[in-house]
Amino acid sequence: MSYVAIADRDHEQEHHDPQTFITKYVWSQDHKVIAIQYGCTAIFVGLIALGLSAMMRLQLGFPDTFSFINPENYYQFITMHGMIMVIYLLTALFLGGFGNYLIPLMIGSRDMVFPYLNMLSYWVYLLSVLILLASFFVPGGSTGAGWTLYPPQAIMQGTPGIDMGIILMLASLGVFIVAFTMGGLNYVTTVLQARCKGMTLMRMPLSIWGIFMATILGLLAFPALLVSAIMMMLDKTLMTSFFMPAISSMGADPGYTGGSPILFQHLFWFFGHPEVYIVALPAFGIVSDLLSTHARKNIFGYRMMVWAIIAIGGLSFIVWAHHMYVSGMNPYFGFFFATTTLIIAVPTAIKVYNWVLTLWEGNIHLRTPMLFAIGFIFTFIHGGLTGLFLGNVTIDLPLSDTYFVVAHFHMVMGVSPILVVFGAIYHWWPKITGKMYNETLGKWHFWMTFLGTYAIYLPMHYLGFAGVPRRYFAMGNTDFLPESAQDLNAWITVSALFVAATQILFFINVFITLRNGKKADPNPWHANSLEWQTPDTPPRHGNWGHDLPECHRWAYDYSVPGYDDDYIPQNVPANVAPAGRDHGGEH
Amino acid sequence: MSEAVMESGAAVEPDGTAGVVNDFARDKQVFGMPWGKAMMWIFLLSDTFIFSCFLVGYMSVRIATTDPWPNPSEVFGLTAFGYDVPLLLIAIMTFVLITSSGTMALAVNMGYRKNRKATFWLMVATAALGATFVGMQAFEWTKLIMEGVRPWENPFGAAQFGSSFFMITGFHGMHVSAGVIYLLVVANRVRNGFYERRGGNYEIVEIAGLYWHFVDLVWVFIFAFFYLW
Repeated sequence: MSYVAIADRDHEQEHHDPQTFITKYVWSQDHKVIAIQYGCTAIFVGLIALGLSAMMRLQLGFPDTFSFINPENYYQFITMHGMIMVIYLLTALFLGGFGNYLIPLMIGSRDMVFPYLNMLSYWVYLLSVLILLASFFVPGGSTGAGWTLYPPQAIMQGTPGIDMGIILMLASLGVFIVAFTMGGLNYVTTVLQARCKGMTLMRMPLSIWGIFMATILGLLAFPALLVSAIMMMLDKTLMTSFFMPAISSMGADPGYTGGSPILFQHLFWFFGHPEVYIVALPAFGIVSDLLSTHARKNIFGYRMMVWAIIAIGGLSFIVWAHHMYVSGMNPYFGFFFATTTLIIAVPTAIKVYNWVLTLWEGNIHLRTPMLFAIGFIFTFIHGGLTGLFLGNVTIDLPLSDTYFVVAHFHMVMGVSPILVVFGAIYHWWPKITGKMYNETLGKWHFWMTFLGTYAIYLPMHYLGFAGVPRRYFAMGNTDFLPESAQDLNAWITVSALFVAATQILFFINVFITLRNGKKADPNPWHANSLEWQTPDTPPRHGNWGHDLPECHRWAYDYSVPGYDDDYIPQNVPANVAPAGRDHGGEH
Repeated sequence: MSEAVMESGAAVEPDGTAGVVNDFARDKQVFGMPWGKAMMWIFLLSDTFIFSCFLVGYMSVRIATTDPWPNPSEVFGLTAFGYDVPLLLIAIMTFVLITSSGTMALAVNMGYRKNRKATFWLMVATAALGATFVGMQAFEWTKLIMEGVRPWENPFGAAQFGSSFFMITGFHGMHVSAGVIYLLVVANRVRNGFYERRGGNYEIVEIAGLYWHFVDLVWVFIFAFFYLW
């Protein structure tokens, strides 16, 4: 590894441009190429997970119709869908994809501080994806334990994929964590140590704050998943009893004694809850920038937004057991975790109010990225409010493990981050590719996805209230469920297939504009942050040409009175244009 | 902040907490150290969480199990000169590892004094002590395995004793082994002048030292929680 990384090499960067196709696009150490590699891989596995959800919906909407879906592979679909979407798609796309692309560009650095480690991070991530996908093809298939992999059932007879599937899943998680750690150390160190002159922490765009905080959460939360994966792997392969109690399986004694399944739940959710915010915080940050840019207004309460991100990050480590109210833990724990959970609503609500107030009297341009950003506010408020129900012990108990929970977490950490992902891709598409996307297709894509989302998830709340349990292959003759529940399920399935199909609009847009798109302006949105001020579009290796940029103001000087343009980029000196509000910390 | 101050570029520095926050947030490296060192600190923070989870998991299964927990003083005792000495080997291992932290600290010091020869030999001594530690751990594992201790069972009591022992000491031993390799690579580069050609910067010795001290510190916790409890 080179000790003097590219960000320090001010004047020799021309000599370091990779020349061959292999070093430029395959074994690349350029953060932008690595970001695109991460993004493409993540979206590819995301599509597989989307296909799996379509299979699940087919079974639920039209039971006994499709002979190729049996209970075993239904559970495998559920498990792989959840695991892929949460970890291999969203975590990898936000941090590996957007984190890699945006951090050096937005803070005015030439690259990550350790480009070689960054490259390794991607290839190890790819390895973890391959191990995960391999589990579809081993004898017994992939694991069907549910994405939470709760023991004892995860490694007991009767669960699909207990031979090789669960082993490959645990191994893949371990490898993913190694990959994430290599990337994550890079992101945090780059933000802390490699900002350009004038780029104080309190002048960083909120995208960077969100990604930065999420990476810290990842570095502190993934260890718990690693440890639980190792322990479960030992329980499975070496017959240790960390998580496995003395238990009888199909009339036989599998040989376990005295372990604690609840220990797994604690370790898993000590990872699992921060994981929600690992996905949400980058979305919070990015959406703040999209709203401010397309509303031509400074973000409302920048300082509070930063502190809210930090507060949410901190609180996310002390709420994990709200996923375990029904595990039989001490009632005092329930009291504690319900309290902390509801406290997290305060900084989150601050953020939502600030987004709405940013739009207030703004000069709103309803372009595709803005539509997705506003759509996010809707879905996030929606999912957040149902979270208040589930955060209270007494309300959670009857709703636990019903479709209400499914609807809640899909709204809050499925749909909401995905809307931001799309908004962000449209927003930065001109910078990443140098081509302009097709606005009409983009808007169709938004409306189909956004309205379709509500068609899918609103009815699920009602199913949950009615008591439809999640993860069931079929309802059978369940007396308490009205016949109409099945009609609603069929409706959800049709909507889900429709929404899945409309995603083709996105890919058409991508491929058409990559081939024939019209050349994009270097700063089509008249945005302030540094990534739009690069000398080349798309930025070349080293990002900034000969000289690093200097930052003179925060990223939100939009519509500053007394200035001709309605935006002042961060690298415009203070004596050229009035600095709207200085966020260097001095008063 | 007034515009006049803004344009003259002279900033008014706040005092107290605001000053501290201001100092950390300003347009410079947050930590006044090389990137590699900052990254190592962050990595060690993450690694701390891994070992904490291991130890908390161990404590949890130790409390949860219904079988009696074996007495570590007896299990890890050795007979020397006709006396049964509890924790004899562990005491020596701990002593060896702590000593290696001392030689590492000296190596860092010699590195900053640009004394390449002394740095090299002190790092080799550190690695040798580390390798000795791993060797003694292998001896201990062998002894316990001969006595019938397995990850899934042991003759002394709760099965989780063997599981936790092999998992935690194994994971720590892997850290020590990786550290030995890391130290030897850096030591070799110190010897052949690799860092001399790059401006004579020996921060890397300190970075390796951070990792090494961390591994030692973790051992102290394992020693306290596993052997003394």
